[in-house]
Amino acid sequence: MIAQAIFIIILGLAVFLFAKNVGKIRRNILLGKDTDRSDNPALRWKVMAKVALGQTKMVKRPVAAIMHFFIYVGFVIINLEVLEIMIDGIFGSHRIFSQPLGSLYGLLIGAFELLAVLVLTACVVFLCRRNVVHLKRFSGVEMTSWPKSDANYILITEILLMTAFLTMNAADYKLQLLHFEHYVKAGSFPVASLIAPILPDGAGALVVVERVCWWFHIIGILAFLNYLPYSKHFHILLAFPNTYYSNLNNKGKFTNMASVTNEVKAMLDPSFVPENTGEPARFGVKDVTDLSWKNLMEAYTCTECGRCTSVCPANITGKLLSPRKIMMDTRDRVTEVGNNLDKYGKDHDDGKTLLDNYITREELWACTTCNACAEACPVNINPVEIITEMRRYIVMEESQAPASLNNMFGNVENNGAPWKYSQADRFNWAENK
Amino acid sequence: MSEIKIPTMADMAAQGLEPEILFWVGCAGSFDERAQKITRDICKILQHVGIGYAVLGTEESCTGDPAKRAGNEFLFQMLAMTNIEVLNAYNIKKIVTGCPHCFNTIKNEYPGLGGNYEVIHHSQLIQQLINEGKLKAEGGESFKGKKITFHDPCYLGRGNDVYEAPRAALEVLDAELVELKRCKSNGLCCGAGGAQMFKEPEPGKKDINDERMVDILEAKAQVVAAACPFCMTMLTDGVKHQEKGLEIQVLDIAEITVRANNL
Repeated sequence: MIAQAIFIIILGLAVFLFAKNVGKIRRNILLGKDTDRSDNPALRWKVMAKVALGQTKMVKRPVAAIMHFFIYVGFVIINLEVLEIMIDGIFGSHRIFSQPLGSLYGLLIGAFELLAVLVLTACVVFLCRRNVVHLKRFSGVEMTSWPKSDANYILITEILLMTAFLTMNAADYKLQLLHFEHYVKAGSFPVASLIAPILPDGAGALVVVERVCWWFHIIGILAFLNYLPYSKHFHILLAFPNTYYSNLNNKGKFTNMASVTNEVKAMLDPSFVPENTGEPARFGVKDVTDLSWKNLMEAYTCTECGRCTSVCPANITGKLLSPRKIMMDTRDRVTEVGNNLDKYGKDHDDGKTLLDNYITREELWACTTCNACAEACPVNINPVEIITEMRRYIVMEESQAPASLNNMFGNVENNGAPWKYSQADRFNWAENK
Repeated sequence: MSEIKIPTMADMAAQGLEPEILFWVGCAGSFDERAQKITRDICKILQHVGIGYAVLGTEESCTGDPAKRAGNEFLFQMLAMTNIEVLNAYNIKKIVTGCPHCFNTIKNEYPGLGGNYEVIHHSQLIQQLINEGKLKAEGGESFKGKKITFHDPCYLGRGNDVYEAPRAALEVLDAELVELKRCKSNGLCCGAGGAQMFKEPEPGKKDINDERMVDILEAKAQVVAAACPFCMTMLTDGVKHQEKGLEIQVLDIAEITVRANNL
């Protein structure tokens, strides 16, 4: 009875805390400007099914894709087991599904155990890639100690959880062989039966091992759940809405700013009366609240895998720009803005902005808008949009473009070409042979 | 082929004629010496297959692409709306461009500002003509057995998912097609996009076109096919930096087509 009460309290607390933090992230995302992504739901579901559920963009790097797939499937399927643990915890039952499911239960447990081994293996391989092999993709200026630790914490936690799960089964299996109390035969336990010999033989000790592992496993899962909102691991949830709300246009298409359209129309045609679109506070993006909610959702979805940065021509050739840093900076800044909101209320100004305090101009001007980053992202994040929006602020609000680009603007404006040639000479190519 | 006569929209309109297709030349195609050659080659192809076409001549202007990518949306929309006015006044329905940047901008960004046209890139035109049997690779320079590779322009490939058209133009050559290590959707930028063409690169270890040369040298290509005037400049410079000017030729898809058919 006491165990059940403790379980229910822990579960309730965990769910409450998690909901609260998810609510905060949702609030932070909605600090962004509105953008309409409600069109074409049929195609959106398809994109989500393909990219998030089917992980089609992962396969470009097969080793990572297979390992990630093990962890992904393991995570989803082993959660069926967690459902049983929840019910057992609340009602004080033990392996409640074993009776009604009969031999199917043994089969399921067997599958869970094999998956647990695959997850364990993948996590060990991933840890090695990060900490022994030192894959280049996992380093870079933005990969400071926190993002590196975050990745390791996730992998270590998963290893601990899987180990606890298998040890728990091993103790249970041994108790079943002893026909001890309620530990009734519930399957063949293909992996746990191999671990069983290293466990003590006494029923009392085995019950302790089984119970400790059971509690460690479930409390671990609930703690991990509450770690998600602080971690890059939040991608396991946001990958789905983020791909649903993907940009469905050709990647080459950049948005036309409606506020500019009105001004330009008024300039070209004095009789034009602009419709009131609700004047924007500024052109382009200076801080995260100028970004769209989709940009901010992408920042929270990023799992810092660095595929974007590893294919970025600017980054490859040693420039400061790293698309991953653009996304991580955006997330850090919007989280900071959200925390300020909680602490000081609505009108607080901390004197910081995404531009300059987080992302420097040198980074922004290094981008070739080649879209390699957006193409590489396994969850359809688009760093290029943030980069161009920030360029728009620098150019249109501050007139601070690099001098050579200002020259180009001048030429385009005066003679209709980016170079200093006369418009009257534009057709001379027909004569030159 | 003998003289090419390049018709302008103004001439056509004066005679009450409407061409089948407008050839949008672009700034590089109009002013850059190397690109001018490609422009004339595209005209030769159009004339050879007997498509009724015209150019805007001095009435053409920058699409606004470099301004937009550099963040100057005002300038972009001013140019776009002015161009759309000209195009709509001539009742243009179909456009072929000699540049992926013009192609992308007119195709994707003009519709929202009132400019709706069927837009194709010249590699798509060539592919179409090959498929229709109107263009072959005969009577001209033989590329047989030559190692040819294709450098995907970002705004044609990743930007608009056009990967096969330029390759189709190379497949008729009976040459040995080799892919670069980073190709198609994984293609590496030449370094000119996003208005980089008009500024010095930011500080770094090397230039992007030199990085691209690594792939080209590795593929041991004798001909690098390009489909964008900016890639053309960057790749040609890259080849020069490596002092491979004698071994590696950089040619546009249109130039290759013209050479193969002796147009």
